[in-house]
Amino acid sequence: MALRAQTGPYFGDFGGRFVPESLVAALDQLGEAYDLAKLDPAFGAELAELGRSYTGRPSIITEVPRFASHAAGARIILKREDLNHTGSHKINNVLGQALLTKRIGKSRVIAETGAGQHGVATATAAALFGLECTVYMGEVDTERQALNVARMRLLGAEVVPVKAGSRTLKDAINEAMRDWVTNVATTNYIFGTVAGPHPFPEMVRDFQKVIGEEARAQVLELTGALPTVVAACVGGGSNAIGIFHAFLDDAEVGLYGFEAGGEGVDTERHAATITKGRPGVLHGARSYLLQDDDGQTIESHSISAGLDYPGVGPEHSWLAAIGRAEYRPVTDAAAMQALRLLTRTEGIIPAIESAHALAGAIELGRELGPDSTILVNLSGRGDKDMDTAATYFGLYDQEAGE
Amino acid sequence: MRTVAPVIARRNDEASGALIGYLPVGFPTFDESIEAAVAIVENGVDVLELGLPYSDPVMDGTVIQAATQQALAGGFRLADGFEAVRRITARVDAPVLIMTYWNPVVQYGVDRFADDLAAAGGAGLITPDLIPDEAADWIAASERTGLDRVFLAAPTSSDARLRLAVESSRGFVYTVSTMGITGARSDVDGAARTLVARLAEAGSPASCVGLGISTAAQVAEVLEYADGAIVGSALVKALAEGGVAAVGELAAELARGARRE
Repeated sequence: MALRAQTGPYFGDFGGRFVPESLVAALDQLGEAYDLAKLDPAFGAELAELGRSYTGRPSIITEVPRFASHAAGARIILKREDLNHTGSHKINNVLGQALLTKRIGKSRVIAETGAGQHGVATATAAALFGLECTVYMGEVDTERQALNVARMRLLGAEVVPVKAGSRTLKDAINEAMRDWVTNVATTNYIFGTVAGPHPFPEMVRDFQKVIGEEARAQVLELTGALPTVVAACVGGGSNAIGIFHAFLDDAEVGLYGFEAGGEGVDTERHAATITKGRPGVLHGARSYLLQDDDGQTIESHSISAGLDYPGVGPEHSWLAAIGRAEYRPVTDAAAMQALRLLTRTEGIIPAIESAHALAGAIELGRELGPDSTILVNLSGRGDKDMDTAATYFGLYDQEAGE
Repeated sequence: MRTVAPVIARRNDEASGALIGYLPVGFPTFDESIEAAVAIVENGVDVLELGLPYSDPVMDGTVIQAATQQALAGGFRLADGFEAVRRITARVDAPVLIMTYWNPVVQYGVDRFADDLAAAGGAGLITPDLIPDEAADWIAASERTGLDRVFLAAPTSSDARLRLAVESSRGFVYTVSTMGITGARSDVDGAARTLVARLAEAGSPASCVGLGISTAAQVAEVLEYADGAIVGSALVKALAEGGVAAVGELAAELARGARRE
């Protein structure tokens, strides 16, 4: 079977539905609605039209030779998901799930968010479709991504800072699941990544796979060949699966996911789930997980809120297990240097999340040499990260410059 | 092995049903959690539900979250759960079910967990985030060891899923009274009565109702139609605010709700 034909609930040994019974009916309803929508040309046409006239699809590709000169002269091509409306790839998935929300007749949506990009996208779709919207966000993240909190509130969403546990993305997911268990009759959970219980990993992937389908054709047109490798950052893994998926059965194309290495994978402060974790159950699916000997989830760390997650989507765990994709860590420091390098050489400010893929691309270029072509998913733009970057590089007037 | 079905049957003969009490291991300290568990049994709780603290308790409200986070911060280890079962069953006769999220069991090893729980004198497991569809390993391990396995039924469960819960459970079916998470509520949802009736039609030998029950009057009301009433957050709150004496007093008060009028 083609790797691209793999569907949930299981990806090899990974995936499934490890959820309270109270959620099973809602997951069944969502899965059935999605299965019908997949077969309905009208749903596909409506989503494609929203992509074209609202998101700005297809997103362009940009070759970045000045940046690539720091990667041993490999050709580096960026897939510009940062240019989407709302500033990242997250809108692709949200529009699909918002259309499904209308189909199943629910009037309220909830979402979790880390960096705030998925929350902003969900709040945007809620405004567009007239849905009530509540976004759960770890208190730590509401502080480091204050701009996105303001954006969500301006869009009419209620933003709930989550004070439990590590007060980051994993706790925001817990709180969103508690809300969903309580309000499932009226509420649809718009999940932001390819993790969680079935049908989310398959459905979110399907809404994101447009990234790779466009990019595969665009790179072929530009270079006359498929890329040597494809690089993407991996937190939960939605932008990575989105760009990988079209290439899964192109065996000659290497697929590389870059996890948040934080302060280093030999420290306790990282979010390199596949690199350092082992299989377990979190947030409704069996997948790789950062956990202690007792199965307690270990708090992750990344300078990037969007990658600061101790789990990963089950399809990535499967691709790692069968050797189709390789997952490597990139430290906070390497990501921040790559962020500044792309900004200074090409005038493109990437999100810190996406900067992990850029740092990975530099590493791959040095390994593969000047004859290689590296396709990088530039999954988001860096506007939201200005405070973090300004503090990191000492760009505010009252601080010493670097 | 002390299983729960005989106790629930006996309490439905001699009283209006069984009172099931939840407390987490390690809160406020390991030793006090043992004393509290013994105290609620001595004051009329028929079956103990002992919670293992977990980092990501998606079915729990703020009271139990706060208690289990404190237990984790205090150094709770999984092995403490077995030690707690050993100490409690040495002192009181009530069967002890462990309530645990699924990942700690997976990491410990499902068979090893079942063996160690049985050896400690435990009755079985309540698994809030494990549905029968994903439970083949646990069903096999509990068949082998004779442990009870309590799955959940929800107001939104289809008739087919209720039959699955009934066929997969042994001991009782945990009947979720309302759509939501743990925590005291002023009214126990009318959905519970309907769900218990649906479970009876699905062949359930015993259905115990949990979520939101905090007073003797609610216990009495639930036991009009259910085989057992499960109280959790109210006991944890009493323990947090008034210590072992207070949780014992609340258990005695709740037990009055289980007396036959």
